[in-house]
Amino acid sequence: MHNSYWRSNLKILSILLTIWFLVSFGFGIIWSDFLDQFQIGGFKLGFWFAQQGSIYFFVLLIFLYIYLMNRLDKKYKKQSEEDL
Amino acid sequence: MDTQVLTYIFVGISFSLYIGIAIWSRASSTNEFYIAGKGVHPVANGMATAADWMSAASFISMAGLIAFLGKDGSVYLMGWTGGYVLLALLLAPYLRKFGQYTVPDFIGARYYSNAARLVAVICLIFVSFTYVAGQMRGVGIVFSRFLEVDINLGVIIGMCIVFFYAVLGGMKGITYTQVAQYCVLIFAYLVPAIFISILMTDNPIPQLGFGDTLVNSDIYLLDKLDKVTTELGFNAYSENTKSTIDIFCITAALMFGTAGLPHVIVRFFTVPKVSDARKSAGYALIFIVILYSTAPAVSAFARMNFIDSVQEVQYKEAPSWFKNWENIGLIAWKDKNNDQLIQYSSGNALEGIKPNFTNKRGVSGERLVNNNPDLTSTNELYIDRDIMVLANPEIAKLPSWVIALVAAGALAAALSTAAGLLLVISASISHDLLKKTFMPHITEKQELFYARCSAAVAILIAGLFGIYPPGFVAQVVAFAFGLAAATIFPALLLGIFYKRLNKEGAIAGMLSGLVVTSAYIVNYKFFSINMNSADNWFLGISPEGFGFIGMIINFAVALIVSFFFTKPPDDIYRMVDTIRQP
Repeated sequence: MHNSYWRSNLKILSILLTIWFLVSFGFGIIWSDFLDQFQIGGFKLGFWFAQQGSIYFFVLLIFLYIYLMNRLDKKYKKQSEEDL
Repeated sequence: MDTQVLTYIFVGISFSLYIGIAIWSRASSTNEFYIAGKGVHPVANGMATAADWMSAASFISMAGLIAFLGKDGSVYLMGWTGGYVLLALLLAPYLRKFGQYTVPDFIGARYYSNAARLVAVICLIFVSFTYVAGQMRGVGIVFSRFLEVDINLGVIIGMCIVFFYAVLGGMKGITYTQVAQYCVLIFAYLVPAIFISILMTDNPIPQLGFGDTLVNSDIYLLDKLDKVTTELGFNAYSENTKSTIDIFCITAALMFGTAGLPHVIVRFFTVPKVSDARKSAGYALIFIVILYSTAPAVSAFARMNFIDSVQEVQYKEAPSWFKNWENIGLIAWKDKNNDQLIQYSSGNALEGIKPNFTNKRGVSGERLVNNNPDLTSTNELYIDRDIMVLANPEIAKLPSWVIALVAAGALAAALSTAAGLLLVISASISHDLLKKTFMPHITEKQELFYARCSAAVAILIAGLFGIYPPGFVAQVVAFAFGLAAATIFPALLLGIFYKRLNKEGAIAGMLSGLVVTSAYIVNYKFFSINMNSADNWFLGISPEGFGFIGMIINFAVALIVSFFFTKPPDDIYRMVDTIRQP
């Protein structure tokens, strides 16, 4: 029981942290110069990710995590009640 | 009313508010003193965390730094926000479940060893004092520029206020004053940003404004800025100059360092439930992002405005803010070509970079300096980057109440962070060193007394840093993050996610992270200062980014050493299991 909760937790973490890495280190740094050839409004895309976009994604990621974990907690609580 | 009277009124009102809150929320037990009785609502905790986190550096220095660095400045924006994702996902909920008072508490218990606890305490005290020194300089700058009092008197006033609510109120007092300070500082940051955004681009949202076209033209602000900066011999504003690997490592060191900073982590011990710890990390980041997403806009506006208002202007006609900042020594002008016009371009204005003022005035009325002009460039202007945010409202000619508001906001940012740090220092001394290590038999009442004493001593030391600012403050900032990343973060992360890690592994890991990172930074910042350039760095990684390498070394050493010693006792396995359950 405990193990399956922990495994689901690790799965959620690895997906969210992959996105975290992509939007900051990926789009904001490694591929930033490449993305600069695209333009949104007055921003070059790589510049926008480095100074704005990555930060907004961080907020989204934490709230997504809160939502997924609350759902997992609920499911887990239900199951342990059934086990009793 | 003139700016100074308004500033006195704004600062006076905000200070009485903080003291009022401190009296209302005094701490009466160690539980309340260390972690506010675990009764803080997640939203309130989010605001307090944001105020705790956003220091004088975030409020005063960051936008100025980015204004001059351009795209390279992104390391601070990503680094100081991305760490919260790590904190929320990897540390906060588990440490809250563990439910003790301090970060060394967790390390001591998880690695069943007071030696591990002591190593953590040493790292913590070092990191926190480095930080406090910076706050006190911020308080000094604001007081001397806006209230025109002596810097030392300013620092003493700041110390008294912090003393009052940190020593009396403990974590509980600090938390509620920080909520008030957050409101003051964010309002003070947004108002001028919105004004300037409307003035320059007609767009009331600064985050969109700096990607918009300039008023009465079809040219995008950032394109204009790229053009102007290149013409003056700087690098284009929206392009990197540092190498990719260096930017990568600096960002990583700042992110992992943020997640390992004790005064931030301890905030998550104050909420009632594990799910509240997750929530308050989310709220904290929202409150932080309101400022951090505005900062790069402020930077771009400030750079543009600054160039517009001084370039090729006659010194006699220069705006009053220019002369005010010159009077306190953060701007200097050397008329290299004797045309009495200010010329600003890339390169240093003076030999030895920082101005060394004489008491005399020059032909145009400018303050003279002892430095020889640096003849390798035509630049005539020395500017301390720290002034950009504070000067920005004046540069943009905003009404004087906005300028007064910014002064109050900067003080709120500096004081809230200083208080949070002082509390962490005092808790680690009274709780980790005395109660848990050297004097286990003291009663709760005595422990509370020692906590207050050590807070008082820590404030005095911090005040001394403010009055006699050590020249090395700027150099050691990299240290605080580097060390937090290379010592505390891996110990916490592995403690939660890797049960097999024993005390030998953890201690060896922390010590090797500590030694390697310190050695690298001290070498390039103090001993081989002339060698401090990309050609000599290990893999081209600057001292600012080396904490990331230190962290990898810590992980590697901890895992290898751990393998050669016995497994941790069974009750540690059970403890980790409990932490992992919500």
